[in-house]
Amino acid sequence: MEQTSFPPMSRVAICGGTHGNELTGVYVVREMQKQKVDKLGSASVTAVLANPRATDVCRRYIEKDLNRCFTDALLRSPITDSTPYELRRAQELNAQLGPKGSEEAVDLLIDLHNTTANMGLCLIFYSLDWITLHIYKYIQSKMTNVPVRAIQLDVPMSDAYSLESVGKHGFAIEVGPQPNGVLRADIFNAVKSAVDLTLTWLQEFSSGCTFEGGEVEAYTFAKHVDYPRDPAGEITAAVHPELQDKDFKLLRSGDPVFLMFSGETVTHEGEELYPFFVNECAYYEKNIAFQLARRTTFTLPSICLGN
Amino acid sequence: MEVDEPVRLPRLPRVAVCGGTHGNELSGVYLVRELLKDLREKDAEDGGPLSVLVVLSNPRATQQCRRYIDVDLNRCFSHATLNGPVPDASPYEIILSRKLNALLGPKGGQGAVDLVCDLHNTTANMGLCFIAYSDSDWICLHIFKHLQMPDMPMRFIHYDVSKKESYSLDSVGKHGFALEIGPQPHGVVRSTNYTAMKVGVQHVLDWVRHFNSGSVFEGGFVDVFTMVKKIDYPRDSQTHNITAAVHPHLQDRDFCLLRPEDPLFQTFSGEALTYKGSEPLYPFFINECAYYEKGVALSLARKRRVAVPPIRAQTEEDKQASFASEEEE
Repeated sequence: MEQTSFPPMSRVAICGGTHGNELTGVYVVREMQKQKVDKLGSASVTAVLANPRATDVCRRYIEKDLNRCFTDALLRSPITDSTPYELRRAQELNAQLGPKGSEEAVDLLIDLHNTTANMGLCLIFYSLDWITLHIYKYIQSKMTNVPVRAIQLDVPMSDAYSLESVGKHGFAIEVGPQPNGVLRADIFNAVKSAVDLTLTWLQEFSSGCTFEGGEVEAYTFAKHVDYPRDPAGEITAAVHPELQDKDFKLLRSGDPVFLMFSGETVTHEGEELYPFFVNECAYYEKNIAFQLARRTTFTLPSICLGN
Repeated sequence: MEVDEPVRLPRLPRVAVCGGTHGNELSGVYLVRELLKDLREKDAEDGGPLSVLVVLSNPRATQQCRRYIDVDLNRCFSHATLNGPVPDASPYEIILSRKLNALLGPKGGQGAVDLVCDLHNTTANMGLCFIAYSDSDWICLHIFKHLQMPDMPMRFIHYDVSKKESYSLDSVGKHGFALEIGPQPHGVVRSTNYTAMKVGVQHVLDWVRHFNSGSVFEGGFVDVFTMVKKIDYPRDSQTHNITAAVHPHLQDRDFCLLRPEDPLFQTFSGEALTYKGSEPLYPFFINECAYYEKGVALSLARKRRVAVPPIRAQTEEDKQASFASEEEE
């Protein structure tokens, strides 16, 4: 079997509160800071509260979604008096954990998120990265009480706009369903397990373990679908009860997707795809009712520490 | 008077349906918008039209999809707040509450609407609840008793607060209740909740029309949950941040009896904290998002069975007779 080696990964960052009302990450990071977790074997671990002002007021953001502020262009833009808070904060985080794309960037950046959609536990990443996929494979094999999936968004690194793109390797851990502004113990426990498993994997990797290759399934982004809206831009339907909570269940042509407030049903037409982020609160304003993906199988090489 | 002679109560010619009192509780927002689209006055079988006011209570908060702009609108309707001074720099919702009191009230006055139905959502797993200040308002209890929801549990919650101290929008009407549906995240509308609310409101209006037309509603029993106390999260004494989450065994178990020593919270290090009260009680509003800032992790209620008498609307003769006897007095 093909084997690939990777250089040591000695610096890890765990980020939470990138959206101030996604509370699992906020409390995982606070707990790590309280327990003064900063070393794990030979690796250093930094726990960072990404958007402290938004966290203080329990809102997704103050002026601008922080998790859209990490493109190369925005990170380089000059700061003026009128620069939104989150753009300044993004540049601070880039200085602390990056700079993005450079040798000084942390080796692994994990960003913790919640969704109101029934997505279980998802690892979300941009490009094909054997490290990230191996961590996903490892978590999936060890966590049996919650579904674990991987989602790939196909965005080139320079256009990558979210926090985890600052690290040399990175992924978001997205867990739902949880309402914004609410902390559920079962979800907290699941995310804590996933973070612990990631750090365990890292220790094993650093101690020279070889991780067997193999096949993994992941979902690759295809498109998103907006709500039906009236001329004023207000939504005129809710996600249909037969689609609600059915993230990752194959959507076929003719399947209902919306139930209008006035009573009519709207159906899906076209390619069979897998819905996710179904009825995510924060996406109403981004004109997304749900997203659609194809299911792909990736063949991973086995990997180990090398030079 | 015979034992099963219906209690005669004044007709209810004016009903208000309010949504968006909290701007991010979306079932009510979208239902009110839909009702405003096809509003017409409906005639009862006899006795004149039922006037239905449909109101989007907090337009600015709704537009921003937030619970409130400055202060919680649904705490602004006590007599003290409605009648106190209003300086220019008053919070948005204080000024708004005066306008709503003028539109639907004045609270306590003869001109107030007869019934206010205020639509809400909760992140707690509460199904459909009526929330009222009285456990002897036969109008509200009868409306509840006659509502059928095939796919959703229904409960009647009573807050034992005097009319004077009552602070929420539904207290502005001569009768009123909140119609609370969950679970639903704030800022999200779930289709089944929207539909349940639509069915609920339609039922309320149908019931009022039947009542106004002289129907007799048979008596019976309603289980009423009366709020007894609230429990806050354990908090850090310096930062005031919560130090535990609702325990997984309690989460989503609204209205399942909580016994002494049952788990309440789980700390972030995994330890279970248990219920230290001596009386088994019924929890509700378990892990409601908006209550973190109010210092409430869950509320607790006693359940009791209330006997509800048969009722019917007063006729013109009844009204004349009661004026006559008042004059005699």
